[in-house]
Amino acid sequence: MGFDALLKIMQNTVSPDALVCDAPNDMKKTESGLANLKYLVVGILFGIVFVKAEIISWFRIQEMFRLQSFHMYGVIGSAVVVGMVSVWLIKRFDIKTLSGERVEFHPKTFNKGQIYGGLLFGLGWAITGACPGPLFAQIGSGYMVVIATLLSAVAGTWVYGYLREKLPH
Amino acid sequence: MEFIDLIRKPWPWYVAGPLIGLTVPTLLLIGNKSFGISSSLRHLCAACLPANIPFFQYNWKKEIWNLFFVAGTVLGGFLATHFLENPDAFQLSAATVTDLKALGIRDFSGLMPADLFDTVNLFTLKGLVFFVFGGFLVGFGTRWAGGCTSGHAIMGLSNLQWPSLIATCCFMVGGFTMTHLILPHLMKLF
Repeated sequence: MGFDALLKIMQNTVSPDALVCDAPNDMKKTESGLANLKYLVVGILFGIVFVKAEIISWFRIQEMFRLQSFHMYGVIGSAVVVGMVSVWLIKRFDIKTLSGERVEFHPKTFNKGQIYGGLLFGLGWAITGACPGPLFAQIGSGYMVVIATLLSAVAGTWVYGYLREKLPH
Repeated sequence: MEFIDLIRKPWPWYVAGPLIGLTVPTLLLIGNKSFGISSSLRHLCAACLPANIPFFQYNWKKEIWNLFFVAGTVLGGFLATHFLENPDAFQLSAATVTDLKALGIRDFSGLMPADLFDTVNLFTLKGLVFFVFGGFLVGFGTRWAGGCTSGHAIMGLSNLQWPSLIATCCFMVGGFTMTHLILPHLMKLF
């Protein structure tokens, strides 16, 4: 069997994008365990914003989907604007990371999963009142029952991985 | 007014939104990391129960920063709730209160309705719908879509990715459908 044929079989059995995750770590240098505390700190600040702006509230998500408050639209909209300007600045001035590396971006390719999966996630978002980030902050805020929601979300992710080859993409 | 009193009050969108947006350049610049939270659920699967599924065969240890990030989010939620507690009562728009009362919600005192998000509901039909079924849709849907509100709506749109715009629109369509067409029927079950 030629190398090309072998390669083809490998590509058929394991889709290439399954080998990396959706937002892979692009840092070339390896980080020590302690260096990961940086991300813990960013996560802490992020969790505080989520609670203080009441983004973790099931009620605020209901307000959003009932178009009865601008709050959530303002939060998401202004976050996107600040994110866009930041990404533009990083690209325009080729701003390097703290360790001097070039910042990597991941172009997203369209597949039907963004439609089917997006709709399913939307249904779940309005039931739980939380996207994945707020789930973690809700647990921290003392809503212990949300641990069940999080475990079920992990189970949902696992079942997706199990069924992936059979689902339309 | 003292600073501490000011930050105890609920933060307006024009403070919270930009801070969340700044997470994007912060993660990129401190370690070349793309913002995305639902990936943490995948890393947990890859770390705990990969079960020879190709989708979970990758080096999750390289992505451990993401698990540090979500652990921080839990901690941040704890700190904000216990040390920066809002001194005033939770304010919800009057129209939402009316709508939700019609659906049977009685308690509007906290960030989450005590009628639903209480441990006593864990092993009931309510629990099955709101925690198990809802959570499953969040985990299954975000991974199929390849990201959630952070990875698609914030990181993806910031990087002008049109598939992320499609995903974000679908998130909203799903949410509107649940709120207006399905939730009223679900609430009648209890």
